[in-house]
Amino acid sequence: MALLEVRDLGVRFTRRGRRALVAVDGVSFDVDSGQTVGIVGESGCGKSVTSLAIMRLLPRRGVELSGAVRFAGEDLLAKSQDQMRDIRGQDIAMIFQDPMTSLNPVITVGLQLTEVLERHQGASRGEAKAEAAALLRRVGIPDPVRRLGEYPHQLSGGMRQRVMIAIALACRPRLLIADEPTTALDVTIQAQILELLRLLVDETGAALIMITHDLGVVAGLCETVHVMYAGRVVETAPRHDLFARPTHPYTGGLLGSIPRLDAARGEPLHPIRGSAGDAIPWSRGCAFAPRCTRRTPECVDGPPAVFHLAPDHSARCIHPVLHDLPETEPVP
Amino acid sequence: MSTLSPELIPNPDEELIYAGEPNEETTGGSQWREAVRTLRRSPLAIIGMIMIAFFLVVAIFAPWIAPYDPGDGQWLNQITPGNYPGPSAEHWLGLDQLGRDVFSRLVWGARQSLIIGVVSLVIGASAGILLGLIAGAFGGWIDTVCMRIVDIMLSIPGLLFAIGLAALLGQSLTSVMIAIAVVNVPIFARLLRGQMLGQRRADYVLAATSVGVSRSGIVFRHVLPNSLTAVIVQGTLTLATSIIDAAGLAFLGLSSPDPSVAEWGRMLTDAQSALSTAPMLAILPGVAIVITALGFTLVGEQMREALDPKYRR
Repeated sequence: MALLEVRDLGVRFTRRGRRALVAVDGVSFDVDSGQTVGIVGESGCGKSVTSLAIMRLLPRRGVELSGAVRFAGEDLLAKSQDQMRDIRGQDIAMIFQDPMTSLNPVITVGLQLTEVLERHQGASRGEAKAEAAALLRRVGIPDPVRRLGEYPHQLSGGMRQRVMIAIALACRPRLLIADEPTTALDVTIQAQILELLRLLVDETGAALIMITHDLGVVAGLCETVHVMYAGRVVETAPRHDLFARPTHPYTGGLLGSIPRLDAARGEPLHPIRGSAGDAIPWSRGCAFAPRCTRRTPECVDGPPAVFHLAPDHSARCIHPVLHDLPETEPVP
Repeated sequence: MSTLSPELIPNPDEELIYAGEPNEETTGGSQWREAVRTLRRSPLAIIGMIMIAFFLVVAIFAPWIAPYDPGDGQWLNQITPGNYPGPSAEHWLGLDQLGRDVFSRLVWGARQSLIIGVVSLVIGASAGILLGLIAGAFGGWIDTVCMRIVDIMLSIPGLLFAIGLAALLGQSLTSVMIAIAVVNVPIFARLLRGQMLGQRRADYVLAATSVGVSRSGIVFRHVLPNSLTAVIVQGTLTLATSIIDAAGLAFLGLSSPDPSVAEWGRMLTDAQSALSTAPMLAILPGVAIVITALGFTLVGEQMREALDPKYRR
């Protein structure tokens, strides 16, 4: 049994008098203990909503959840908010995109760390303080005892993200969800933070779901990758397979759109035409069809079937890109 | 498995200061420190602060500043109808109809205004904050009930409400303070609740929730402290209206029944009968009220501008 099993997860935003918006539709994936899984996609593809739904952090009003999210065998969607409060931080924790706004500006870094330790581990003030200093040291913050008494505005962006990581990992959760943890940071700091995350995840044995739009992050970190488009997973593959044999035209487009240093001078960039807003509902056909170069009339005849290239490599496409790989027989 | 190169993570045992790293010495950064810096550069705020400082010094040191007892009418024999002695070396601002020293009464009036203003503000703001906190923290039907109470209170004009209450509670200083406090309750309740609703969607609240911080922890450590800025600004502004309201109630005779107590509003009432012959008796307390209220208003408005980006020009 996997640590986290997401089955047919659906998130619909409903508003009175308006058609419901399907943000996430039939998403299924597994995360094993200690595994690092990537979820990749453009803005608005539903990757953040998926993570918030797993954490049950979406507002109750106007949100309909369906499917199942099983963590260590227990369905999180059936839990009460009080039960979720015990699970969050203790078993599953999350890191957010913007470290500048994710720390409370009016209380000290130390208090934000110790409140988690006191809440979940019943630590005393003194114990929590010592533990907090050790955690800050662990995430590479110099002079941690002094930093504990400081306010977030006294720290740089990279330092703040280190603090966020320390808070998230304070109680040694078994699963860490990182929602674009490096997007708001400088490129040089990005590398440091990713390296730190990799190191700490290795050390604590936590599983990691890395949510990103950056394929470079995925390439460096994740064992399995799920590519999302318009609320559905369109391709799932082990990291190396994904880069070697992108099977869904969207994945191919994403990889093709990365500017290459070794390209000839003057060679144009290769964007994917259109925008994510052009998607059609999955019930009517492939949501990517309006932007797809391999589109045929059959693509909009109904939801596309899932094509299995290998047991661990699938794509939701009726015209998958087949690479010349005679040794792999498509699994029906 | 660690492929970590040592230079990627700063050595925690080493004291490192990076050139681009913000530190206490180079950046204030925090909201309040920045606000103080903005206020120091604002001439209006400085004028307001001078006015407030002047008022506070006079109010606090009234017994040492005032040359005479404000209720002492021993110079009554110098008064003849229609003739009130003006400024003299002995009585800097002259005498009123009852032969009392006007300067001493103004000085003691400042103290009276400060007491009424601060006490009614503290009571009113505390009750308002409590009501707003309950509404903002629980939401749902509790919020609805609290806010309807607030709406009902706000639907009656403030001063009218205060007059009614003060009349109901009887003529005393306490009833004036309670009346003004009650008028202030809905203002603070609605403000705090609105601020809290806004803060509930802040990133750091989501982040704190995502690591399992308890409901009370979210409310008291995250949402409330970040919502108080606007309340403090409102407090400064409310002090101004409270002082005006207190003068208004005293003008209508709804303050202490003891006529010897010096109050700016009562001085205005007393001056009415002598308005044509001794206008200064009305103008002086009027100016005192204006200076004090203007001081708090100027500082409050400038503080709001400095703290709230919505008001920034």
